[in-house]
Amino acid sequence: MNGVHDMGGMHGMGPVVIERDEPVFHADWEARVYALLRATGFLGKWNTDMSRFSRERMPPAAYLAATYYERWLFGLQALLVEQGLVTARELATGRAATKAGETAALRASDVAARMRGRLSARVSVEVPARFKPGDPVVARRINPVGHTRLPRYVRGRRGTIHIDHGVFTFPDTNAMSRDPKPQHCYSVRFDARELWGPEGTVRDSVYLDLFEDYLDAA
Amino acid sequence: MSHDHGEEHVREHDKPLSGPALRVKALESLLVEKGLVDPKALDAIIDLYETKVGPHNGARIVARAWTDPAYKRRLLTDATAAIEEVGFGGSEGEDMVVLENAPKVHNVVVCTLCSCYPWPVLGLPPVWYKSAAYRARAVIDPRGVLSELGLELTDDVEVRVWDSTAELRYLVLPERPAGTEGWSEEQLATLVTRDAMVGVAKVPPPKATDR
Repeated sequence: MNGVHDMGGMHGMGPVVIERDEPVFHADWEARVYALLRATGFLGKWNTDMSRFSRERMPPAAYLAATYYERWLFGLQALLVEQGLVTARELATGRAATKAGETAALRASDVAARMRGRLSARVSVEVPARFKPGDPVVARRINPVGHTRLPRYVRGRRGTIHIDHGVFTFPDTNAMSRDPKPQHCYSVRFDARELWGPEGTVRDSVYLDLFEDYLDAA
Repeated sequence: MSHDHGEEHVREHDKPLSGPALRVKALESLLVEKGLVDPKALDAIIDLYETKVGPHNGARIVARAWTDPAYKRRLLTDATAAIEEVGFGGSEGEDMVVLENAPKVHNVVVCTLCSCYPWPVLGLPPVWYKSAAYRARAVIDPRGVLSELGLELTDDVEVRVWDSTAELRYLVLPERPAGTEGWSEEQLATLVTRDAMVGVAKVPPPKATDR
């Protein structure tokens, strides 16, 4: 979706300020939200792409005003209700109307192994590659209303295939209908001037990891 | 005296809980009551990312690459496997790529769409990395952002910005600073900073007192 989360190239966001000796979490509730989303993710009711899309759907003014973990809280609540783990009434009252059925909560003794495990989006299926390193490509001018990982700032821009990363789950369909639609994901190099016009520095470039469905031959 | 929940929280924590803190506490209670979450598992997740997983992991990778040319070659050709050799991997580090900085090439990593970041080697991302300012500006004005952060690059240095738009996760291999000849891997690791491994800083030469 053409959401406010797609921030690449926007102006007016102010300076980048690095906090010295920054803690991992700035409040206990941030740590709890982080852990809640990680733990509930192992219930198997949603995938990473659905989780990202839940945060992208936060209304734009609220998204910009929110802190990072407030966005996580918004997304987590949306996922819990949409996937039927919690009802809207339970969320509002804080009281459980029913116990969960067969769903098994992540156990503390399993945490280390689960966090260490591979949940790669890489898929081990043979899919022919349309492009190879060095091929000129153009990012499609498309405006998906659902989840996408094709930022607006590269749509319609010409680049060059840098690397073929191999076959991965396609986020756009995986987020909307759990269809993995496995396809090649490429590192694509774009000249700064192709993206930003004469203000871009001549030898600078931006590399994006783009799925085959985002690209045409140029 | 009324049984006001807000007052009970004040007594428990000596200060009032803010809006999100109250909502998160209520949500956790609900999920525990429903059997969907074990609070001890939450504690274990938090402990892992607060005390064990962090940029000290990435610093070990960088220091090894600086001292072991064969390791560096493996790191640059199959980063996931080379990082696993040292004992790191897992969530948000399943498919790693390492980018080598050089005198005329400077790499810097961003996630314009959210906050993608290589957790197993750098830990959870800092606020600045997730900020609207960094996400918006790193791709259109990388030199301006780097300059603000104290890193001035001359025009003959090529700047490569890596926008983490898919599931690949990036770690920058900074240049080894001068004045570290003969240093051990363990000594070198103490110099490597998080910001240098994201690409918004260089690793500074050691202070005279460090040598």
